[in-house]
Amino acid sequence: MDELLRDFLTESGENLDKVDAELVRFEQEPNNGQILGNIFRLVHTIKGTCGFLELARLETLTHAAENLMGKFRDGMPVTAEAVSITLATIDRIKAILERLEADAQEPAGNDGDLIEELNRLAQGGHPVPPSVPPDKPSPQRVVERSDDNASAEAPEKASAEAGERPAAETGEKAAHSIRVSVDTLDHLMTTVSELVLTRNQLLEIVRRHEDSDFKVPLQRLSNVTAELQEGVMKTRMQPIGNAWQKLPRVVRDLCADLGKDIELEMYGAETELDRQVLELVRDPLTHLVRNCADHGIEAPAERLAAGKPRVGTIRLSACHEGGHIIIQIADDGRGLDIGRIRAKAVELGLASEADLAARSDGEVCNFIFSAGFSTAAQITNISGRGVGMDVVRSNIEQIGGTVDLKSVAGSGTTFTIKIPLTLAIVSALVVEAGGERFAIPQLSVLEVVRAGGVRDHRIERIKDTPVLRLRNKLLPLLHLKEVLRLGGTDRDGGFVVVIQVGSQVFGAVVDGVLHTEEIVIKPMSSKLRHIAAFSGTTILGDGSVIMIIDPNGIAQALGRVAEAQTEGPELKESEQIASEDMVSLLVFRAGSQRPKAVPLSLVTRLEEIDCRRIEISDGRHLVQYRDQLMPLLRIDTESGLKKEGAQPILVFSDHGRSMGLVVDEIVDIVEDRLDIEVASNRPGVLGFAVVKGVTTEIIDVGHFLPQAFEDWFRRRDSHATRSPRTILLVDDSAFFRDLLAPLIKAAGYQVITAGSGVEALAAFKSGTHIDLVVTDIEMPEMDGFALAQAMQSAPGTNGVPIIGLAAMVSDEAIERGRAVGFHDFVAKFDRTGLIAAIKEQSADVSQAA
Amino acid sequence: MAMNDATKLTEYVTFTTAGQLFGLPIERVQDVFKPAHMTRVPLAGPEISGVLNLRGRIVTAINLSRRLDLQSRVDSIAAMAIGIESGSESFGLLVDAVGEVLKLSETDREPIPINLERKLARVAAGVFRLDGQLLVVLDVDRVLDLGAEPVAAAA
Repeated sequence: MDELLRDFLTESGENLDKVDAELVRFEQEPNNGQILGNIFRLVHTIKGTCGFLELARLETLTHAAENLMGKFRDGMPVTAEAVSITLATIDRIKAILERLEADAQEPAGNDGDLIEELNRLAQGGHPVPPSVPPDKPSPQRVVERSDDNASAEAPEKASAEAGERPAAETGEKAAHSIRVSVDTLDHLMTTVSELVLTRNQLLEIVRRHEDSDFKVPLQRLSNVTAELQEGVMKTRMQPIGNAWQKLPRVVRDLCADLGKDIELEMYGAETELDRQVLELVRDPLTHLVRNCADHGIEAPAERLAAGKPRVGTIRLSACHEGGHIIIQIADDGRGLDIGRIRAKAVELGLASEADLAARSDGEVCNFIFSAGFSTAAQITNISGRGVGMDVVRSNIEQIGGTVDLKSVAGSGTTFTIKIPLTLAIVSALVVEAGGERFAIPQLSVLEVVRAGGVRDHRIERIKDTPVLRLRNKLLPLLHLKEVLRLGGTDRDGGFVVVIQVGSQVFGAVVDGVLHTEEIVIKPMSSKLRHIAAFSGTTILGDGSVIMIIDPNGIAQALGRVAEAQTEGPELKESEQIASEDMVSLLVFRAGSQRPKAVPLSLVTRLEEIDCRRIEISDGRHLVQYRDQLMPLLRIDTESGLKKEGAQPILVFSDHGRSMGLVVDEIVDIVEDRLDIEVASNRPGVLGFAVVKGVTTEIIDVGHFLPQAFEDWFRRRDSHATRSPRTILLVDDSAFFRDLLAPLIKAAGYQVITAGSGVEALAAFKSGTHIDLVVTDIEMPEMDGFALAQAMQSAPGTNGVPIIGLAAMVSDEAIERGRAVGFHDFVAKFDRTGLIAAIKEQSADVSQAA
Repeated sequence: MAMNDATKLTEYVTFTTAGQLFGLPIERVQDVFKPAHMTRVPLAGPEISGVLNLRGRIVTAINLSRRLDLQSRVDSIAAMAIGIESGSESFGLLVDAVGEVLKLSETDREPIPINLERKLARVAAGVFRLDGQLLVVLDVDRVLDLGAEPVAAAA
């Protein structure tokens, strides 16, 4: 009986957790019959077993709950009240189970209040319960006959008739699953690890003796070992969703308590991790979600006032990443109050004011993980339950993980938890660098590319930074032997192991790639644990010890590049948006062999000029062009003018003045995406991009315009009869901002830029005088239309004319734009059109003013 | 009783490195082995010679003479290793040669001379005067406590 009771308790606990999660989903989608069926079945299973174990009080209660759930399943509308009372019932069941576990007998008590409510709801609207199976005993009768096993059997039959799977009797369940202590599994795991190791050694021996008789049986042994290993690993793995099951309920309850509306989104619940790790992250996760709901998400009124949707969102996501699991908890709330944290840090003596002044906001945020830290003016019963963020951090660090947070005032906080997959065995790629062998976990290896030799995969350099061109992408490279300070001179041969760490992809150059092997991870010696480049050690099949590379650790060697790329999804998003735009590019050569390009839209004309017509005056090259003297500029000192024949030039014109950019050769006009992968700090070069598979310099025309005419930018001022107009240029792509700003400047306006609609509104708020807004239409979060609407509704901005930049100007878009207050629309690359539109609109303003 | 204590004998495993005789209580020595197939560990401190596989266990090899800043003989390729368990980890102290096991009376153990070189003094637990030479008894835990030394300063 004891054994049965124990099984019942464990099983019921699991079932109840599931019910919790299901109920909240049920409330959101009351018409989902499948969810309802699941809940019904779970409650029913508990009830059935209760009867069997003579737990009268529990059975009565679960019966009433089941009754109500049955009604819902039969089509009775689900009310919030009903969900609440069901949740209360489940809490009561849990309380009884807890006592039962402690005392081994059912606690005395009366659940009449709940049962009455449940019955009342069950009868509400449906006075006659027609769909409840007639052989289902009423609660009273169950109590009377609780010693009779037959009464417990009856509902089981009923549910079987109703097409449900026969509810799990303890006996039947035992046939399919047994409970094994984690210790047993751990021991099994260690043994299998040793087996794998021995197998590897045997394989290595047989490899050296080609015609060994052992070959075939060993192959079988090897396969069986692999299967065994996988099987044992599986027993320990659980989806992280198991640790999340309670969260929907937690959030729901918090919403009710705090009067907030919060939606909990969960992604990657199927991501598996070791059971032990799972148990250890459960509490920290719950706490962080509570924290987001309590402190992060604002009350509905506050949200509406801030222009946010009424319903707040907490987004929970998990994924595997280079041998780690990354769990993110993000809310779209108010963000952390940096000022308050600074003040509190000083108050608690964690840092002096001077200290704090020197720290970035990001660093200051991390103070919330200090012991005794709480900025909430009043401690609510939600987050103030004795668990602080310090406990969260120490719990996560205990299992070798890290927790980090990023907060943006007004738009939310994101916690990122990174936990190692403490899997004992992983598949690894064994590589050689500087005469030593290393293992790189396969999980983080995307592919291996042979460098050098083949033309397509040549290691190139931008200044001293090695890069590899791989399928139209520039891959930053690091040399493993340099990172590990192993010496060696051969820099461009060997192989490139393409590694992904988070959103960041880079190549590690190694001398050789040997083979892949299932390795048993042995923990790093405590004397070596500080070396970030390694995550552990392992013994190879040949008996030698090698170090396991930690991809995250070596990625740090990428330094600045790495940081810029892991900046977060926002940045990536904007890059992607920019990349979706196909751009016509004029590709040419000038000076160095590396191709250069400018957006074709900026070029007025391509000309070939007879060299004899080029004159030199004051050290400047000039040519008579359309009855004017046109200055000729060289991109850099390396590019020279031809001595004879025809000199190709790119002509850029504006307001009747032109300049020519001297090039060696015009290569092509191509349509391609423009993704500046590596920025340049050389004047005149915006950066590098892959154009049709070739690393290409993107030329900054804005740099050359003022060289041609020193007054190119100022000239407009003298023409203008008024002070220069200030134009706010809004575009989420830094590239287009950089491209258009000089153009508008060249037309004689002052330009300020904003990277988003929100930034644009902030510019207005800061008191800057703005005469005209030029905005991209397609931007993430707040698009051009939304920006226009926001401007129309604010008193300071409603008169400011707006010009929209659209990739495609459709009649429909123009119509929609006019409705929300756009004054004009220009195609994104219609440079002349844009200047004309700006002129027209700013003239209107001056007349109106 | 007091007599017994006074005459209590401790067995010491003795070994030499850089010409100096050292001893470790035998109960702290797991085994003595010839280090083979050592894998060096990039980025590790100078006293870490590498890691090696000893019957399925991974042993971290610590070069004793480098650990103690002793003038080791020209390219002293440590010939022997003293296996030590600490916590759940295995270490090997690389030494030049392993000598015999000596039974020594605790009463003969003398405190370390105050003028002993600082780094050596920190890991020494006492000195025995033997015929013709001195035996320095090492405190294993302090030898393994690399963190206590300002490693960064040395690098």
